[in-house]
Amino acid sequence: MSSETKQILTTDGIPLEVSLKKAERKNKIKAFLLVAPLLFFLIITYVFPIGDMLFRSVDDKMVTQMLPKTFKAMENWDGQELPEEEVFAAFHEDFIKLVEDKREGKLSTQLNYTKNGFKSIIKKLRRASKKFEEGNYKEQIMSVHKRWADVEYWRAIQRRAPEFTGQKYLKGMDMYVNEEGKIVSVEEDRRIHRVLWLRTLEIAFFVTVFCFLMAYPIAHLLATLPMKYSNLLMICVLLPFWTSLLVRTASWMILLQQQGIVNDFFVGIGLVADDNRPEMMYNKTGSYVAMTQILLPFMVLPLYSVMKTISPSLMRAGKSLGGTPFVAFWKVYFPLTIPGIGAGCLLVFILAIGYYITPALVGGASGTLISNQIAFHMKSTLDWSFASAMGLMLLSGVLVIYWLYNKIVGIDNIKLG
Amino acid sequence: MALPKYTEPHYRIWHYIYLTICGAVFFFLIAPLFVIFPLSFNAEEFLSFSDGMKSLDPDAFSLRWYKDMIYGTKNPWGLAAKNSFIIAIFATIGSVLLGTVAALGLSSRHMPYKGLIMAVLISPMIVPLIISGVAIFFFMAKAGLAATHTGIVLAHIILGTPFVVITVTATLSGFDHSVTRAAASLGSDPVNTFMKITLPLILPGVISGGLFAFVTSFDEVVVVLFLAGLENTTIPIQMWTGLREQLSPTILAVATCLIILSTLILVTAELLRRRSERLRGINR
Repeated sequence: MSSETKQILTTDGIPLEVSLKKAERKNKIKAFLLVAPLLFFLIITYVFPIGDMLFRSVDDKMVTQMLPKTFKAMENWDGQELPEEEVFAAFHEDFIKLVEDKREGKLSTQLNYTKNGFKSIIKKLRRASKKFEEGNYKEQIMSVHKRWADVEYWRAIQRRAPEFTGQKYLKGMDMYVNEEGKIVSVEEDRRIHRVLWLRTLEIAFFVTVFCFLMAYPIAHLLATLPMKYSNLLMICVLLPFWTSLLVRTASWMILLQQQGIVNDFFVGIGLVADDNRPEMMYNKTGSYVAMTQILLPFMVLPLYSVMKTISPSLMRAGKSLGGTPFVAFWKVYFPLTIPGIGAGCLLVFILAIGYYITPALVGGASGTLISNQIAFHMKSTLDWSFASAMGLMLLSGVLVIYWLYNKIVGIDNIKLG
Repeated sequence: MALPKYTEPHYRIWHYIYLTICGAVFFFLIAPLFVIFPLSFNAEEFLSFSDGMKSLDPDAFSLRWYKDMIYGTKNPWGLAAKNSFIIAIFATIGSVLLGTVAALGLSSRHMPYKGLIMAVLISPMIVPLIISGVAIFFFMAKAGLAATHTGIVLAHIILGTPFVVITVTATLSGFDHSVTRAAASLGSDPVNTFMKITLPLILPGVISGGLFAFVTSFDEVVVVLFLAGLENTTIPIQMWTGLREQLSPTILAVATCLIILSTLILVTAELLRRRSERLRGINR
């Protein structure tokens, strides 16, 4: 608008531009107020608790609170030689208090995480401490066991002074901080978590591939058949989709057991001997088979909705221009389905990577995933900060895929059935 | 899908291979569900077909496990079913209310930060359940709602709303906003417009979102495992415990009932989807 033109005014004398902006802002607030209840509900009950997991995963106040005076006294210690009497006295004071509260066992477990060998010397110290005389605690504590006179163990205690630590994350990757303060891997035969991460990725990847290979032909068939047949066949996809996960897992448990129908069938056609029935459940095979069948609808539906929009005349055009059906398919049809493939694969991969129930029931020891480990630490060992750390590691992986999904497909394009 | 007469033989063969593959995949998808059905009528305690069943001997079939499900001593299924239905119904109501209202706001073209807010609202569907379970458990434990029905209902509202948001926004994407403006110009206030004009038009989407929320809650086991006490046991929890300890035929009887329920839900959802597509003028 050039400066020459007169400003357009509304009837009440306000410039039109201002008036429009005001109306616009009002609409914005109105729209936001509609979203607000759900948004705040989710932020309070869901987003904050996930943030809380972050705090728990790095929280290391437990030892800090058990040995407050020791850590205070250690502030002036350079960690080179054995600490002064002052530190020993403070440690003794803290320790006596812990013994009174019967919490010294917890301390030994915690310190043992940092350095092996604390369990026995803390037990010895508890017994000896009853006969301790006042004064010169350094001599008295050091005489309990030679490890108490070893500066390495005092450094190990000092390492637990900070209130926050990343050690749970390192533990999740089977690494730890050694005596020199370097990050190193645990011995080869104790790397359980790395095995689990790799297995989770492997199973999620292959389940995605299997789902894709199986879903592509049937999605194509559903998209090209006349309505009355495709609607009927669609039920085969949607009924499992709507059926309880546990029901579907139960049916696989029946099918795959050693005296089950699949094994009966293999024996019947002479593939395996009756006395040599293979184990198809409680191992990786069980996880693969059951997860593929359960996640298959999530691959079929996005593929179907994309294929449905591809006009059959495109294939005909390709053929009429001299392509064989295979060339026409590969050069014309397949590239058009790529958005559907992307959507389906990412969806199945995201779901598979966090699977818990099915692997726990049919996966046995060799077919369980990282989720099972998280549940184990939540429910059995009660190491919640470790469970939180592993959960967040898994979550960050999923968020990367989610972000990709959003880039490629768009969140708004998720279709359900 | 009939082939034209002029199809060359090797494409014909390829076509039949393709149909066979499709048949096999459909079989793989649907057959496992049908295994449960006959076995739940097994007269014996085994989870495989007895010789009597194979020869269709009527004595080999019985309603024994259904009776056990309903009248069995110390049976947990009654309480579990009651809890499951109560929790699912309240969770559905909550999800539908919050989700529909949010979807209305999201579909407005004036909505600021649409992408970001949508991502937050959908996140409970994307984040692995085990992580949601841990996070929600921490919250409920702090709020003193662990092992209460309220806590589980709130948890299921969290998990159910994304489905309502998605289905209702999808329905609203084909919604002609001029009808609400027409109503407003005729003197209708926003609430009246919503109840009389908007809601009837988006109802199929709302109901199908509600069905998703219901099934999500009714099926949910991971989060409930963290939250539930003995009093809050649900059908999925009982199935989970049963499947872990020993597979009894009673579980198959329950499973059969669940399959029938899911068939009913599927039929309703399909009818609604078709109706909504007809209304939106999408001809598929």
